[in-house]
Amino acid sequence: MSVREAALVLADGSVFEGEAIGAEPPAGVASGEVVFNTVLSGYQEVITDPSYAGQMITFTNPHIGNYGVNGTDFEARRPFCRGVVVRDLARRHSSWRAESDLDGLLRRFGIPGIGGVDTRRLTRRIRDHGALPGAFGTASEATLRAAAQQEPGTDGIDLVAQVTTAEPYVVERTRDAERDGARRIVAYDFGIKHTILRHLARAGTVEVVPASTPAADVLAREPDGVFLSNGPGDPAMVSYAVDAVRQLLGHVPVFGICLGHQLLGLALGADTVKLPFGHHGGNHPVQDLRSGRIEITSQNHNFVVDAATLPAGVQATHVNLNDGVCEGLHAPGLRAFGVQHHPEAGPGPHDSRYLFETFRRLIDEQDATR
Amino acid sequence: MPRRDDLESILIIGSGPIVIGQACEFDYSGTQACRVLRQEGYRVVLANSNPATIMTDPDFADRTYVEPLTPDVLAEIVSRERPDAVLPTLGGQTGLNLAMDLYRAGLVGRPGTPELIGANAEAIETAEDRERFKQAMVEIGLAVPPSGIAHSLEGALTVADEIGLPVIVRPAFILGGKGTGLAGTRDELRRIAAAGLAASPIGEILIERSIAGWKEFELEVMRDRADNCVVICSIENVDPMGVHTGDSITVAPAQTLTDVEYQQMRDAAFACIRRVGVETGGSNVQFAVDPRHGEQVIIEMNPRVSRSSALASKATGFPIAKIAAKLAVGYTLDEIPNDITRKTPASFEPTIDYVVTKVPRWAFEKLPGTSGVLGTQMQSVGEAMAIGRTFPESLQKALRSLETGRAGLNADPGEAVYALLNDDELLEAAARPTPERIFHVAEGLRRGIGIEDLCAASRIDAWFLDQIARIVEERAVLEAAVWRDLPRAAWRRAKQLGFSDAQLAHLWGASEDEVRATRLATGVRATFKTVDTCAAEFAAETPYHYSTYEDEDEVRAGGRPRAIILGSGPNRIGQGIEFDYCCVHASFALRAAGYETVMVNCNPETVSTDYDTSDRLYFEPLTHEDVLNVLDAERAASPTDDVQVIVTLGGQTPLKLASGLPVELIAGTPPASIDVAEDREKWNALCARLQIPQPPGGTATSLEQALEITRRVGFPVLVRPSYVLGGRAMQIVDDEGQLKEVMAGLYGLGLVGFGSLGREGGLSAERPVLVDRFLEDAVEVDVDAIRDRTGEVLIGGVMEHVEEAGVHSGDSACAIPPQTLQLWVVEVIQAYTRAIADALDVVGLLNVQYAVQGNQVYVIEANPRASRTVPFVAKATGVPLAKVASRVMVGATLAELRGEGLVPEVTGGQVAVDHVAVKEAVLPFSRFPEVDTTLGPEMRSTGEVMGIDSTFGLAFHKAETAAGTVLPDRGLAFLSLNDGDKPAGLVVATRLRELGLGVAATRGTAAYLARYGLDVDLVVDKLGDGDGPTAVDLIASGEVTFVVNTPQGSGPRSDGSSIRQAANVHRVSAVTTVEAALAAVHGMAERAAQPLRVRSLQEYHGG
Ligand SMILES: Nc1ncnc2c1ncn2[C@@H]1O[C@H](COP(=O)(O)OP(=O)(O)O)[C@@H](O)[C@H]1O
Ligand SMILES: Nc1ncnc2c1ncn2[C@@H]1O[C@H](COP(=O)(O)OP(=O)(O)O)[C@@H](O)[C@H]1O
Ligand SMILES: [Mg+2]
Ligand SMILES: [Mg+2]
Repeated sequence: MSVREAALVLADGSVFEGEAIGAEPPAGVASGEVVFNTVLSGYQEVITDPSYAGQMITFTNPHIGNYGVNGTDFEARRPFCRGVVVRDLARRHSSWRAESDLDGLLRRFGIPGIGGVDTRRLTRRIRDHGALPGAFGTASEATLRAAAQQEPGTDGIDLVAQVTTAEPYVVERTRDAERDGARRIVAYDFGIKHTILRHLARAGTVEVVPASTPAADVLAREPDGVFLSNGPGDPAMVSYAVDAVRQLLGHVPVFGICLGHQLLGLALGADTVKLPFGHHGGNHPVQDLRSGRIEITSQNHNFVVDAATLPAGVQATHVNLNDGVCEGLHAPGLRAFGVQHHPEAGPGPHDSRYLFETFRRLIDEQDATR
Repeated sequence: MPRRDDLESILIIGSGPIVIGQACEFDYSGTQACRVLRQEGYRVVLANSNPATIMTDPDFADRTYVEPLTPDVLAEIVSRERPDAVLPTLGGQTGLNLAMDLYRAGLVGRPGTPELIGANAEAIETAEDRERFKQAMVEIGLAVPPSGIAHSLEGALTVADEIGLPVIVRPAFILGGKGTGLAGTRDELRRIAAAGLAASPIGEILIERSIAGWKEFELEVMRDRADNCVVICSIENVDPMGVHTGDSITVAPAQTLTDVEYQQMRDAAFACIRRVGVETGGSNVQFAVDPRHGEQVIIEMNPRVSRSSALASKATGFPIAKIAAKLAVGYTLDEIPNDITRKTPASFEPTIDYVVTKVPRWAFEKLPGTSGVLGTQMQSVGEAMAIGRTFPESLQKALRSLETGRAGLNADPGEAVYALLNDDELLEAAARPTPERIFHVAEGLRRGIGIEDLCAASRIDAWFLDQIARIVEERAVLEAAVWRDLPRAAWRRAKQLGFSDAQLAHLWGASEDEVRATRLATGVRATFKTVDTCAAEFAAETPYHYSTYEDEDEVRAGGRPRAIILGSGPNRIGQGIEFDYCCVHASFALRAAGYETVMVNCNPETVSTDYDTSDRLYFEPLTHEDVLNVLDAERAASPTDDVQVIVTLGGQTPLKLASGLPVELIAGTPPASIDVAEDREKWNALCARLQIPQPPGGTATSLEQALEITRRVGFPVLVRPSYVLGGRAMQIVDDEGQLKEVMAGLYGLGLVGFGSLGREGGLSAERPVLVDRFLEDAVEVDVDAIRDRTGEVLIGGVMEHVEEAGVHSGDSACAIPPQTLQLWVVEVIQAYTRAIADALDVVGLLNVQYAVQGNQVYVIEANPRASRTVPFVAKATGVPLAKVASRVMVGATLAELRGEGLVPEVTGGQVAVDHVAVKEAVLPFSRFPEVDTTLGPEMRSTGEVMGIDSTFGLAFHKAETAAGTVLPDRGLAFLSLNDGDKPAGLVVATRLRELGLGVAATRGTAAYLARYGLDVDLVVDKLGDGDGPTAVDLIASGEVTFVVNTPQGSGPRSDGSSIRQAANVHRVSAVTTVEAALAAVHGMAERAAQPLRVRSLQEYHGG
């Protein structure tokens, strides 16, 4: 295997040496907003998570690709990230679950990568400066620097439009759902992860609709509950969705995760703010303020709902113990709630899975009072 | 939930002496616990028999009982101190077992008695009783390997018939896998089941379907009172199931699990800790995974901090024991700040951006007769851990950290032996787990044996094998390269794969210094990154670093003069926790004196590698290259502040490195003096000048020279290689024939097998053999002293050994103050010690060993460094020798330290005591039934205990009890003595009679005793020469409760070995010297005459 020398250049001018992996980017240049993720396992899920649209993912865990990739750990039909930055890509994978290797997956979907990078130095840089635009590839350093500087990052771009489904589709409920009656859930796809769909399907039939679907169309489907999915980028860029959510509130139980949670917050009248470098990992402690219990959570977001701006009637239910930001909200009167973290995991701990149960109960309470 | 205010005082149970399976990790955890509980304002009472620990320093608890860890003693401490709670989860298996004993006796854990915090009796029982544990796991839907319980051999066979062979046998309530084994046939099962039944304190074994070859994992889990659970670290074993985790090369974090599998394991671990009911603290849960289909089963859980939690703490920077102690007194995880980030709470899961590899270190070469094959029973005596950015880097660093003479994963002189094996033999070797297996695997890959074949043979996961293959392939590239022209990228790649300069020097036939210089000229140098629990997500100021070859350095110096303390590396026989004790004390003392202290060490079990022991910690191998890297980093971080290096506190390891360091940086005793003490010629000249007698002898590099010496000095002689530790390969030789054998052993066979020195460098003109007249019937004496730069000498302690010279000082019991030596002899010894200290220009510690034959005092050796006995002396006398020495080394005088109160006013320069302290060695024989237990000049003990009381007899009795030697008050004592020992034996037998014990003896001994009017109760045949029961039978049946067996002469010591082995296997107390027997009967008599009394060090030393 011959080494293709490559470099990564950030918009601030810092340069990292490495070698090209994955797909060959056009003209030897790939660019995007460089972020990091601190998970120790679950690279396939992270890479295929649509929330990373527009971004280049740096893995802080140095060994990536060890257990290969498989057909079930996809979080979307394809990866939407712009690139992958690792310290050490496995030459050989080993796992009974593996069907192929990570390098093959990257090539198949045209995702470029760079290996051999001092990812700790890179992470420290991003931590101190916030997510930075960058470019990597086999092109000259000057070319890469120029590309990094031209790269707009993710601000002011509607990334959701790039990842949402073009047409509605249905995910049949799973067998355990059948045992306790049928529910119909309409799920907004802002970049929905497969693991979320699997969880929702345990509660009922899931009708997945494009991000731009108007509220009226959703209500016409007579849902028992509406789900607002995770997704990439700035919630302010999806104002059409905020409008839709506002119209849905009060008519049907609503549950939002991550971007969906932010959209719910905006629809309720709260503000969102951008974090310096976001939360991207599988080890964030979140406290459920009602029970006091701590959940270790999977997180991937740059924006948060500003708890100080929550209107009357809306409670903050969860808080991130690391930095105190709002991780969950509940509008009891409107039967709506959301969490900033990822209760579905994929990858990550299962501590917050109870929230899907909460959603199911909310739906059933409504049915009982109807 | 905040701190519990209903508790005031807490008893912490320590883990006792260092033994295989329970080493200084519990000093680390106990020390952390003591510190935080005192910080929290609790009154801490500590019980631990091990004087070499940091935790038993009087500063760490309000009351420190260095007393035997037995239920009686604990009961006495409980009734004296009336603690509100007992914390049993930080003292290893010993702590748990004692807590259960106290619980069963109704003394703790019941209404009106101290509460058990951390884990209650119910939880301990559920986790420790393997049957209950399995039922509990099945109950909550977790898979376990099929199994059944047996209390007899028949029962064991029946169970095996049901579940099918192969099976693994596991005794209940044991530590480190003692008595565990894998049986493939019914015969094997009979043997292993018998051993297992004997090993279990309750005579119960579990027979379980063998899943050897599956992948093995561990999760370190914590839980708080509010039921919050977190995983601190996942650990993957490179060696598959069937090799005890303590004997496996292990890696953190887990490398080959998909997130789906990992989360399933995490869920199972939480379910397990909840079901077992560990309320608060850390637990270790072990899993096996079938590599074919991913089936997961749970193997065991330890409801306490463990060796793995020490490793996990060091691997992640998350202080498990400290947090466990806080959780035990009521805090919840979110209420405790993460020390490292300071901004985030402890209720998170550390994530890391490097790879940690742990490699165990064994001592098979010291235990002839052992097979050296690893199994389900732990056999290693220590471990080294290394941190790298990748697995190859950390593996190679760990291997060179071991100090077994290897420079990394092969590519060094040590690999030559593998050339002797053909490919088939190599594959066979790869299938057999041994300390060498990893090297065999690498050699196999180098020869082109495929990963598939090696995987099938070794069951090591293909990912690990491929990572090893990267090292092997790079080696081929490097070998072919023109090294002086190597481009920067190639240097960097090699260093990133963990190659040491020593390996490169070997490959290129260059010197290590040339390689280093050439490399540095290309700009490739070590960079130091930080261990921060969060993979750089948050800014951390943790002063915890490791080297790697990347872009940037994260070391920040604090702008004070620095003292760099070189630690002692992995525990091994001869160099253990005592040296860590000294290093840690130096760090504390120098920190308090305004220095910035910097620790370099690679032993994850220790207090020294706790990131808050020193101002800065470098978790690095102790090699020439790695230490120079640290020096460079320190100088770069702060070019102006003064740097001093302390090399005399970590045992032989740092001392060996001293010559490669800039001499002006070495604190205290100049390196030249170290050389005088080690170099035979110079040392002899010094003794001659001072007119201090030495045993006559000389140095030899050939048999002829050795024979020539014996013609001059006569037999018996003591033969040993120079520059070794713990009497390694030292032998007493009686005649020419034996001398020939011994010399041949040292020279020729040098390269293969464990009985060699090949790995330790072989023999050469610089490393000759020393041949000395063996002093018979001599009393051995150890002295620890400190000399300051003005020449004042403080004699810290004079220790008289119980066993005669010829039993290694590390293996013999000794007492402070001396018990039988004439006062003037002690004074002569002190005078000699002062003279030697002056002559060597010692600034710091000096240890001198003497042998006193009649009234003639011979000096055996002097070590101008901290000795194994420094902590014992400190505990016996109350003078913190290591602290004093470290201050003295950086320039303080004893007079100044007296002013500070660190050194007491003493008369005659010697610390006096009005009690007696006895140190006793703890030997590893119970794990190695095939080994002869006779003591000799090669040290084999793994640890030590101390007994302290008002008289020698009582203190000795306590020391023996603490060491696990039960001195009986009934039953039959069995004596078999060599002729020289018979007069003393008569005294022993008479006392035993007086104490009401029966006396049995072999024919010759019985006849001798009869001549003096002592008719024994039973004359026992030597093995097989009559129809009566043999000694072995009597031992096996339990009739004999005490064995005194002194070997015949100093010749081939096989005689009586079956008796000693039987005693070992059946756990009957046995002594192998008459001196020990005399001391024992003395102690038994005094003990019988008065009740047990316990007293804390604070009371002894007026603290
Ligand atoms: N069913 C089994 N089949 C094969 N090996 C086993 C089995 N159970 C345990 N082992 C091996 O034995 C070792 C010791 O067993 P364990 O239950 O962990 O006892 P210990 O209390 O000594 O740690 C394990 O580390 C594992 O390698
Ligand atoms: N000349 C001698 N006569 C009798 N015993 C000796 C003699 N020299 C050494 N020994 C015994 O051998 C042991 C180990 O020797 P020593 O020189 O102290 O080696 P080490 O450096 O391993 O401590 C001593 O503790 C002592 O019991
Ligand atoms: Mg175990
Ligand atoms: Mg010695």
